[in-house]
Amino acid sequence: MVTFTVEDQEGNRQTIEAPDDMGLSLMEILKASEYPVLATCGGMALCATCHVEILDGQDELGDATDAELDQLENLPEYFPTSRLACQIRISPLLEGAVIKLRGEDN
Amino acid sequence: MITTDICIIGAGPVGLFAVFEAGLLKMRCHLIDYLPQVGGQLSEIYPQKPIYDIPGYPEIKAQELVDNLMDQIKPFKPTFTLGERVDHLAKQDDGSFIITTNDNTQVHAQVIVIAGGLGVFEPRKPVLENLDHFEGKGVAYMVKNPETFRNKKVVLAGGGDSALDWTIFLANVAERVTLVHRNETFRGAPDSAAKVFDLANNGKIDLILSANLKELNGNGKLSSIKLESKNKEELIIDTDYLIPLFGLSPKLGPIANWGLNIDKNAIEVDTRDYSTGVDRIYAIGDINTYPGKLKLILCGFHEAAIMMHSAFKYVYPDQKLSFKYTTVNGVNAF
Repeated sequence: MVTFTVEDQEGNRQTIEAPDDMGLSLMEILKASEYPVLATCGGMALCATCHVEILDGQDELGDATDAELDQLENLPEYFPTSRLACQIRISPLLEGAVIKLRGEDN
Repeated sequence: MITTDICIIGAGPVGLFAVFEAGLLKMRCHLIDYLPQVGGQLSEIYPQKPIYDIPGYPEIKAQELVDNLMDQIKPFKPTFTLGERVDHLAKQDDGSFIITTNDNTQVHAQVIVIAGGLGVFEPRKPVLENLDHFEGKGVAYMVKNPETFRNKKVVLAGGGDSALDWTIFLANVAERVTLVHRNETFRGAPDSAAKVFDLANNGKIDLILSANLKELNGNGKLSSIKLESKNKEELIIDTDYLIPLFGLSPKLGPIANWGLNIDKNAIEVDTRDYSTGVDRIYAIGDINTYPGKLKLILCGFHEAAIMMHSAFKYVYPDQKLSFKYTTVNGVNAF
């Protein structure tokens, strides 16, 4: 299990514990935790509705990949710390990270 | 006014297959979709991605599935209104509906089927204070008719393929085209990016890189835009139009106001026939919810078949419905 912190659009923080051996993505865990993540494309890095910012832990998790940047570039606003949650595997690298939700909800 | 038996809102895979199921029962369909093409998210978001869980197809590309569905429903001559959003439903005394779009297209139908997927794909809007003030008065989120921009000054904003493609296209139409992009480089198709740099180098367009939209100005109609560069320098450009192209994002949209029971952005339905709480309105595919719901295309197909058999009584109130197999009766075109 890994433990990390999620900050919602209103700034409320919650600690989340997730299994790191089931091949899940951060997007899937956020949805399962009832966060308003649309994930329109289902996890193919094709829609950017699971946009998050890595407030803490970016050194471990790394920068956005090319596929993510292709989508982030389309957004009116993104940041050097931006990632797509669907492209982040739940792994020990997430331990202690702080994730801020940026994706749009309805 | 367009008259039809069934009006299907949403022309994604499930809306398209619903035409087939309706056609077998001799019911005609008209489809409305806010996207300019059929296929819903399959065509809009992942046309080249393979899908592996369509029965009978070990693997099929999303766009190929859409093309096949269009072939399959051809005998039933569906009609389409694309690029328009359904805004109002008005119930008539005889129980039928008049559906009105944002462009004032009207459809008279006996039954409404909402196959709206994740909702309406709305353009993402830049965060600008008085943006709504200029919408339709200089700010446009899509190029519906390029002639609108003939001999006008146009500013496009964005760095994706559509920003590049429209910049190239409008360079030959508008009086002056300016493309504003927040970075130094483009991630869109390399060919298009090269062409945009060529146009800029040859003085055919103005290319402003490393800059963001900051402020819109005008008296009733857009007349100028203030930009801010990365090093906080400001620049004002006179323009007739601003076209921000930051991609699309699904929103539930006007569906939320039609008196249906909505749970977490989905319409609650009765699984006996996928009817909503409102008489003659059904919801199928990703837009509906019920205990055990799976958002799969194949589940939407199943829902379409059952739903159309239920809707038959509204279109042919005096006839008795008899269930028939296509293997026995074939597909009898209209």
